[in-house]
Amino acid sequence: MTVPPPTLTAAFALLWTWWSWNIPSDLATMLSLRFIVDAYEAGTIIAIVSGVVSYLVVLRRSSFASHALGHVGFSGAAAAVLYGINPFFGLLSFTMASATGMSLLGKRATHRDVEIGTVLAFMLGLGLLFLSFYKGYASEVYSILFGDIIAISVQQVELTAITGVVVLAVLAFFFRPLVFSSLDEEVAEAKRMPTLFLGWLFLITLAAAISVAVTVIGVLLIFALTVTPAAIAFRLTKRPLYAVAISVLVALFATWVGIFVAFYEVEPTSFFIVTIIFAIYVIVRTAPLVGRLLRPRAARTGAGTVGRNPVPRPPAPR
Amino acid sequence: MSGASSRVPDLAAHGFAAPATDEPRPEIVSASHLAVEYRGHSVWSDASFSIRRGEFVAVIGPNGAGKTTLFRLLLGIVRPLAGTLRVFGGLPRGGNPKIGYVPQAHSVDRETNVEALQLVRLSHSENRWVPPLPPDERGLARRLRRAGAVAQSWVPPVTPSLRKAEAEATEWALRAVGAQELARKPLGAMSGGELQRIFLAEALVTRPELLLLDEPLANLDIRRAYELVELVHTLVRSENVATLLVAHDINPLIRCLDKVIYIANGRVATGTPSEVLTTEFLTELYGVPVEVLRDSRGNLVIVGGEDAHPDPNL
Repeated sequence: MTVPPPTLTAAFALLWTWWSWNIPSDLATMLSLRFIVDAYEAGTIIAIVSGVVSYLVVLRRSSFASHALGHVGFSGAAAAVLYGINPFFGLLSFTMASATGMSLLGKRATHRDVEIGTVLAFMLGLGLLFLSFYKGYASEVYSILFGDIIAISVQQVELTAITGVVVLAVLAFFFRPLVFSSLDEEVAEAKRMPTLFLGWLFLITLAAAISVAVTVIGVLLIFALTVTPAAIAFRLTKRPLYAVAISVLVALFATWVGIFVAFYEVEPTSFFIVTIIFAIYVIVRTAPLVGRLLRPRAARTGAGTVGRNPVPRPPAPR
Repeated sequence: MSGASSRVPDLAAHGFAAPATDEPRPEIVSASHLAVEYRGHSVWSDASFSIRRGEFVAVIGPNGAGKTTLFRLLLGIVRPLAGTLRVFGGLPRGGNPKIGYVPQAHSVDRETNVEALQLVRLSHSENRWVPPLPPDERGLARRLRRAGAVAQSWVPPVTPSLRKAEAEATEWALRAVGAQELARKPLGAMSGGELQRIFLAEALVTRPELLLLDEPLANLDIRRAYELVELVHTLVRSENVATLLVAHDINPLIRCLDKVIYIANGRVATGTPSEVLTTEFLTELYGVPVEVLRDSRGNLVIVGGEDAHPDPNL
């Protein structure tokens, strides 16, 4: 048996003193703490909901709409805080109202960057006004902007669960028509599919998803849960249901690990969640490039790069 | 009017297509003195034509002449201003699975990493929004019955038999356009010709009797355009599906056509290629001198009529 060189032993010792986590016992401690369990429950629901919604956001090219709804939610939450109401209701009512307005603008409202941007700026201004009236503690504002899942209340967890179940039920029922009308809107119209209604339905579920997701990562980081998980999934699969599953798994992984890491560190939870999602995105984006560079030259020049060809089944009886 | 005495020799004598059979085929579309407007001004008027089962019809005309408007009429999206239009013996009705439609614009782009199979599959199942109901019923009773029928047709394809039907229809449509090997290819990674074949499968999956193709040749090079026309022609003959194809250039099509609908100058002319594509006929249609020339290979060049015909492609 070879003895590792002294420098390496010292490095391990140093790493060990720095790495003071005792994961099994810490996990037991965490799960005995009510607020951590609440955070995990809410985080799980939010991750599933935003994972599913984000697939449609990316497919419909509506990331700007999701960004805008988050900001509109900010002024809603600010107004609710000002009047002493649960910020969730402010978020939900403001985002839903703007989602309805956006869908009434026209069938391709989600692509109307100029209109959405104009309304968005005004809504942020309103939010600022509400905040200037508010004389309370700044942590409320901070948690709306950047999210604070560790501070979630039991009532908030219940609201999240109800919203999550409703959103998932609606999306499960309308998933196929939503995907089809996103892929081929012209044919959807010719088939007399209610494209306007479907567009509204999508934005409403997006508004609800954003309203719950703000608790985790706040309005400014909303992209991390409503766009990036599906952006990752779209890189990995071409099948809608697989993509939704990957998107949900990415959101779940980031939320769970984010909360876990935040237990040890002083930095905010949302920072860890956003960082984990971003890291996965970077890996997925760069992996093909790295793979191509590592592959032998012969393979790179095209030999053996024929993709999987499904064997056609025998003709169906007509 | 007839083009028999035109300067161009009779096109049928040069191998151009004539109607395949002599027996009268059932009429699918019939229009008489049809007029349509777009945003308050007349697009074209006094159009009378009919389309029979299994006919291959080209719709030709300059930009903005109202070719797509004709499709929107047939799809029941817009209503005629005057005249009568019958589609499958009734008023045009939206969401009719007997009509397959390939629009000019699509939402697919490079980033659409969704396999082609999904588009065709969903096109098959998303025909449940307009259940078959007598078109002339009105009022609350109709709305209620319609809502009931929609609810009934809303069972998603979860049962094995529905799934099987969907899978079979999808496979048939992809095979019909020769795109089985493209089934798992992402839409975003496809070439223009491949995409057009997938869109064709998307339209065919409901087994339509009338196919409306809006500029399918627009983004294809000449070879791909000829290939696609060949494919459509095969489908017209094998499936006996009446097909209207909007195009700018008639040359890739001319050998396969049964009929031409020529829209220009607010007027609609129709007939066989040898009737319509003549100097006399087009001169009268445009109201300015137009000359139809033919090169050594039988390709047509239409010269003149610039005032009425701003499109240089034709």
